Amino acid sequence: MSQSHQQNPTGRIAKKFAELNGQNKTALVTFITAGDPGPDYSVPAMHALVSGGADLLELGVPFSDPEADGPAIQAANQRALAQGMTLSKVLDMVAEFRQQDDSTPVILMGYLNSVLAMEEFAQRAGAAGVDGLIMVNLPMEEAGDLREALSAQHIDLVSLVAPTSSDERAQAIADSASGFIYYVSLKGATGSGALVVEDVAQRTKYLRSITDVPVCVGFGIKDAATAAAVAQHADGVVVGSALVQLMAESGSVEEAVTRLQDATAAIRQGINA
Amino acid sequence: MAEPILETNASTTYAQPSADGHFGQFGGRFVAETLTHALDGLAQLYADYKDDPEFKRELHEDLAHFVGRPTPLYLAERLTESLGGAAIYLKREDLNHTGAHKVCNTIGQALLAKRMGKPRVIAETGAGQHGVATATVAARLGLACDVYMGEEDVHRQSLNVYRMKLMGANVIPVTSGSKTLKDAMNEAMRDWVTNVDNTHYIIGTVAGPHPYPMIVRDFASIIGQEARAQMLQQVGKLPDVVVACVGGGSNAMGIFHPFINDPDVALVGVEAGGHGLHTGAHAAPLNDGKVGVLHGNRSYLMSDADGQVMETHSVSAGLDYPGVGPEHAYLKDSGRATYAAATDDEAMEAFRMLNRQEGILPALETSHALAWVVANAPSMSPDQTILVNLSGRGDKDILTVADIDGITL
Repeated sequence: MSQSHQQNPTGRIAKKFAELNGQNKTALVTFITAGDPGPDYSVPAMHALVSGGADLLELGVPFSDPEADGPAIQAANQRALAQGMTLSKVLDMVAEFRQQDDSTPVILMGYLNSVLAMEEFAQRAGAAGVDGLIMVNLPMEEAGDLREALSAQHIDLVSLVAPTSSDERAQAIADSASGFIYYVSLKGATGSGALVVEDVAQRTKYLRSITDVPVCVGFGIKDAATAAAVAQHADGVVVGSALVQLMAESGSVEEAVTRLQDATAAIRQGINA
Repeated sequence: MAEPILETNASTTYAQPSADGHFGQFGGRFVAETLTHALDGLAQLYADYKDDPEFKRELHEDLAHFVGRPTPLYLAERLTESLGGAAIYLKREDLNHTGAHKVCNTIGQALLAKRMGKPRVIAETGAGQHGVATATVAARLGLACDVYMGEEDVHRQSLNVYRMKLMGANVIPVTSGSKTLKDAMNEAMRDWVTNVDNTHYIIGTVAGPHPYPMIVRDFASIIGQEARAQMLQQVGKLPDVVVACVGGGSNAMGIFHPFINDPDVALVGVEAGGHGLHTGAHAAPLNDGKVGVLHGNRSYLMSDADGQVMETHSVSAGLDYPGVGPEHAYLKDSGRATYAAATDDEAMEAFRMLNRQEGILPALETSHALAWVVANAPSMSPDQTILVNLSGRGDKDILTVADIDGITL
């Protein structure tokens, strides 16, 4: 069983999963891109997601070359960058969110070059109230330095496991995992294809047999029905592109808040059912 | 060519990358977890085959009879005379089948794809030379082929687009981001991560995640192996300087690598200086970039204070890329190679000189290496020699040059 899961047992992520576990509930993890479609949307959107029933929030850090993302999140990145979004501003948003919400875990998701460019990233993220980091292009072999810097700030570096990861590799990833394991449910970019629930179930069953670290499933969960089906086999489900798409279609912050809250509530209800 | 000197002793003292794909702090493998399995598989397959006699025989057969190697080493007499300094030797990679050195790599990788049993190959392309070289080997081996190309480049390089289509490849214009080479590479990565089971991604330069920088370098190294032997045979000594243009850097690595253990041979890479380094409108990360991570490796990169990859500019589509192969970053920091830059205008001037004085039409990419020669040969002595990698021919650039001259063909 993972030792590093014990590293940060008092953090918001561990607390949240312990709490959900006690209620026998599956976590709903939502993703939106910070600063999309404009900088004033993000903090109200984060609160709306929580009030709709999201348990953990992933906040995408906009990057010019999001090579693992599909069209919806690519477009979100470009909209956010066009509005002058930066990693510094993302951290400010998290700090602002924290003024009203001190319990919902916030996990930043993005690409390594963004954090390499910021001096003292780990300290600044810790001070802002960031709980976890998902680096799409950072496999475990290259992750050592960043993991160490984050760990000193009690920030979990969330590991990804793919359908193509061998059992042996999945075990090695699980051994160093902290926070939760992000199981990528399909081969492809974010928001692509259609996942096969049976395949996901088989893999998550294996992962949950080799580690205590919670296993969340993402990529390709587009609607409440899929979320509900996958939730049977995981500790959490991640919904991203569908919410990003909905933000893109909203003409105002108020509209985005209402639609996000409704969409999240519908997914939450599906999972609980 | 004399057999004993064909093989270099490069591996005896210079042994890069490390087993896990690092060139010092550079290189590595920064990709989505989904691709790790395929990269492990490719590295293993390459390790199994690279010294396999049958694989080598097939590769050399193709290089000899399909590509037309060895390519000549040619003394550019009139150019040497007009510059009045070092003797200038051109390694004539423009004479490869398809018109550039790129085909040496695609032939090698296609033979690997065949051994993996993958029926489909994909590629990214900027100027279109790598796309053409990939379409060529795909046609020859009967593989399905999709080539990603930035929408900007599809317009800039319409002749190569049509060539690819004639050979049965599907050219997919990429409309995201800056619509150039880097975006084509992003899109190719997304395709590969989705279709990794039946597809081999033929990366066209010494970049990307490990093992690509090593594999592409090794296949391109035939350039330097031949040139080194030809220098010894035709000139009786090694060159004082080896010069090549650097975008991603495959033609430069290909000619540099067999000379790395020859300490008296200076290695000079020439990046695209665009409108000038001081303007920021260039594609010269080794001259004016910082260490970053893009497209699977750590290297020098043109990125801003927030880590966003910057838009680049070069008159040559093939050099219009914000990153550079990690081995070049290593050679720069170790001091073994130096990296200059030539502006659009300097490259154009050199382009015109080679046409007029030697009757050779070089690619605009190659013209950047020639610009360094034009600037530096005069201050060298006549008993010194410069070896230039004439990496490709410029037929594809005729419309661009005519446009610069205000002529509609």
